[in-house]
Amino acid sequence: MSVTNNADASRMRTVFFSILFVLLSLLAFSFPAHAQQNDAALNAALSDLNARSFKAKTAAVQALGVYGDARAVAALEALSEGRLYGRKSDKSVVIAERDGKIYRLTDPATGVSAGEATSRELKKIIANNKLRGLIRGVLGQLALSSSDSELRRAAVENVISSPTGGSLALLKSARDRETEDDIRARLETGIATLELGSDDPALRRAAVDRLADGNDPEIKSLLERRLLKNADGSFVESDAQVRAEVQEAVSRINDRLALFGLAEDLIFGISLGSVLLLAAIGLAVTFGVMGVINMAHGEMIMLGAYTTFVVQEVFRVTMPAEAFGFYLLAAIPAAFLVAATFGILIERGCIRFLYGRPLETLLATWGVSLILQQMVRSLFGANNREVANPDWISGAISIGGGVSVTVSRVYIVIFCLVVVAALAAFIRYSRFGLQMRAVTQNRGMASAMGIRTGQVDALTFALGSGIAGVAGVALSQISNVSPNLGQNFIVDSFMVVVFGGVGSLWGTIVGAFGLGIVNKFLEPVSGAILGKVVVLVIIILFIQKRPRGLFAFKGRAAEG
Amino acid sequence: MKSAIKTVAAVGALAGSLAFSGMAHAADTIKVGVLHSLSGTMAISETALKDVMLFLIDEQNKKGGLLGKKIEPVVVDPASDWPLFAEKARELIEKEKVDVVFGNWTSVSRKSVLPVFEELNGMLFYPVQYEGEESSRNIFYTGAAPNQQAIPAVEYLMSEEGGSVERWVLAGTDYVYPRTTNKILESFLKAKGVPAEDIMINYTPFGHSDWQTIVSDIKSFASAGKKTAVVSTVNGDANVPFYKELGNQGIKAEDIPVVAFSVGEEELAGIDTGPLVGHLGAWNYFMSVDSPENEAMIKKWHAFIGDDKRVFNDPMEAHYIGFTMWAQAVEQAGTTNIDAVRQAMYGQTAPNLTGGIAEMNTNHHLSKPVLIGEIQDDGQFATVWETDGVVVGDAWSDFLPESAKLTADWTYPWVCGNCEKPKHLTN
Repeated sequence: MSVTNNADASRMRTVFFSILFVLLSLLAFSFPAHAQQNDAALNAALSDLNARSFKAKTAAVQALGVYGDARAVAALEALSEGRLYGRKSDKSVVIAERDGKIYRLTDPATGVSAGEATSRELKKIIANNKLRGLIRGVLGQLALSSSDSELRRAAVENVISSPTGGSLALLKSARDRETEDDIRARLETGIATLELGSDDPALRRAAVDRLADGNDPEIKSLLERRLLKNADGSFVESDAQVRAEVQEAVSRINDRLALFGLAEDLIFGISLGSVLLLAAIGLAVTFGVMGVINMAHGEMIMLGAYTTFVVQEVFRVTMPAEAFGFYLLAAIPAAFLVAATFGILIERGCIRFLYGRPLETLLATWGVSLILQQMVRSLFGANNREVANPDWISGAISIGGGVSVTVSRVYIVIFCLVVVAALAAFIRYSRFGLQMRAVTQNRGMASAMGIRTGQVDALTFALGSGIAGVAGVALSQISNVSPNLGQNFIVDSFMVVVFGGVGSLWGTIVGAFGLGIVNKFLEPVSGAILGKVVVLVIIILFIQKRPRGLFAFKGRAAEG
Repeated sequence: MKSAIKTVAAVGALAGSLAFSGMAHAADTIKVGVLHSLSGTMAISETALKDVMLFLIDEQNKKGGLLGKKIEPVVVDPASDWPLFAEKARELIEKEKVDVVFGNWTSVSRKSVLPVFEELNGMLFYPVQYEGEESSRNIFYTGAAPNQQAIPAVEYLMSEEGGSVERWVLAGTDYVYPRTTNKILESFLKAKGVPAEDIMINYTPFGHSDWQTIVSDIKSFASAGKKTAVVSTVNGDANVPFYKELGNQGIKAEDIPVVAFSVGEEELAGIDTGPLVGHLGAWNYFMSVDSPENEAMIKKWHAFIGDDKRVFNDPMEAHYIGFTMWAQAVEQAGTTNIDAVRQAMYGQTAPNLTGGIAEMNTNHHLSKPVLIGEIQDDGQFATVWETDGVVVGDAWSDFLPESAKLTADWTYPWVCGNCEKPKHLTN
């Protein structure tokens, strides 16, 4: 293109832009009219949501899905989450957010503020489970073409879990448009599950082929249903060749799922074992070093859990909301100190006078445990206390094959290993650890060497109690925080320590994980209650054969 | 000698004054026993019932007491220990000489005190939903029998509005109530044509906190392509980790709804109900029901307890109905004598807080409405279905062949809690 005169160029530019402007303004003027038509239908469907019967509400939701207008998304989400209200004065439908005593209203279609109201002027529009399932499917359809990949990912899951007649076509067009690989793979799987029912056997074969590589138990049962017989005796899957392929796919998935089942039992066993280990490790220290049967050990765990509750309340009041989730980290040293302090008090005040008299120690510590329980009951009340799970600890991690582990338990396993490693390092490398080991092996000789055994005893008891307190922090996340928390763990702690060998850290570790894994492998077979009984019987029989436990500590022989 | 006489005289005077004060005390007040666990695994549910009894007695005393005397509550703590329930019941009747006892929650505690009440001819008002299969002369059951809670809840889930559920997980705590209720429900489901492989039954101990395996089993049971629901008879604070695990593993109420029979507003007050929205409860009363009687009662309750956040639930309403009926029966009989009051109880009516009238039948059970509600994120229930009128409580389930033949009726000519024929036949 040749360079024309500057003046000509600018005149052409002006003409071009003015024509563009006229066209655009024409379009702009026509849009409102078009939009107004849609507006009227949309508003009618939205106000239908405020119906009395669930049947009418269902029809309104389906109508909103058919219109395909993205402005319905806000209203549907609000209805599903219980934020959609009807204003009694003009029967209009609004989204209401609570702000103190009043509600701030917004128009669901436009998002514009619609004023304020009190709870008296509003009536909540209730959804039931069936309606929420339907809304999820409709929202999925509306969001399939969203530009946000996160929204698209969620939309694909929603459509696959609640498909309707038109879902197959929708998924196919979404797959053709899709740019991201993982979303496209999920779309292919979804299309394959829907194509299992298609009329063309070749399509069905291709679908089976595609699904055979997965390890989702839901897909396996979808395939299995193709092998069932109809009421008249014919197979649901009419083509014999496709049937053979389905059979093979099902057996392949079953093999994979069996492996996942084993993995699941192992993972649950490890997480139960880590809970047992956390509870028992403090007892291993006190029982092992001092030979003191401490029946108040469970209450140390309980005190740690209540300290976590107190720290949570302090954080709730003083800290900003974003920092609230970190109360757990602050609770760990706090719980250690609180429980250790109580440990020293018990040792100095009660156990010191009863050395060498195990039965009296047992009774005395049992009495101390009752006192501690009642003290907590009087201070905090007999009811459970709510310890909220912070956001970073909620939810679950899915490993595939229908196996998912809750995040809190993963953290507990990691936490447990860290605590055990720290304790082992402390005992091995610190001066106090050396003194502790000396007193365990031969009290008389250690005393003769100049070690103050009385002080070592007190601090050992404090250490064991402190670790129990730290265990309480972790257990507050998965268990009830009540004055009876200790009673739930005391028997298990003793079982682990006796089984693993008194005084041996390794014994406690192996014992805890061993018992946890055995318990979890038994549970699917025998049920929770019989599983516990069987584990107890196994331990009793084992102790008959090896009274000193798994890892008998040779040093105790010196004391006889 | 002189000192000995002095000692004897002192002891005699002391004993005499004690006896005298005891007698005077007994003449002045009517004693009502409150037998609820204030500690242990059931404290989460039962402490509120002790509080509501104190509230109801206070309200009655404000109206002038009963038969011109003040009512005195006698509160004991059986600490979720079932044998201790029996000991405490004996203490209330023999030592404290109460005229009536309001108490118990778990069926095992009720079975534990039953022989004590029958031996000493006491009267117990039992406010909690239970498994039926019992009708004692000495107990008035103001809670729901299975045909007033369990069966309607399962029928709702089977219906189209409830989700057309076809596969069932019956999960309960291991004691008599869940075991018997599940027996009845299994028989009911099979009678409705549900095949045995579509029913999974599972029991856990009290206070069970490791729900990973069971929730995982529920998920895989539900992945067979048929709509699955969980019917939960889990009792006490084991519910807290159960619901937490459900929430953590992402089980949404739209996919696998859980209907619980022992989880009410009080139990939900201690849980983060965000992930529980949509799960169900079946009761005869919800605090969220919009009625003038309910509003008035909740206002008075909050004024008494001094805390706006305290909730009101079905067993508390049952105690209100039972206490109202008992007070009316005492006034009618003109005495607190147990046999006279028992006769006056039959046919007693009291207004339900949800509207309508509750009536005490001769089988010692009430006629009550049934409400099914979904948990909201503020810990309240929103009613999604209710019966049109009231359902008469049936002590002996029609779905168990041995029980269907039995009738409970303590008036002439039956005078029996579990007979096939009346004891006094008129020829």
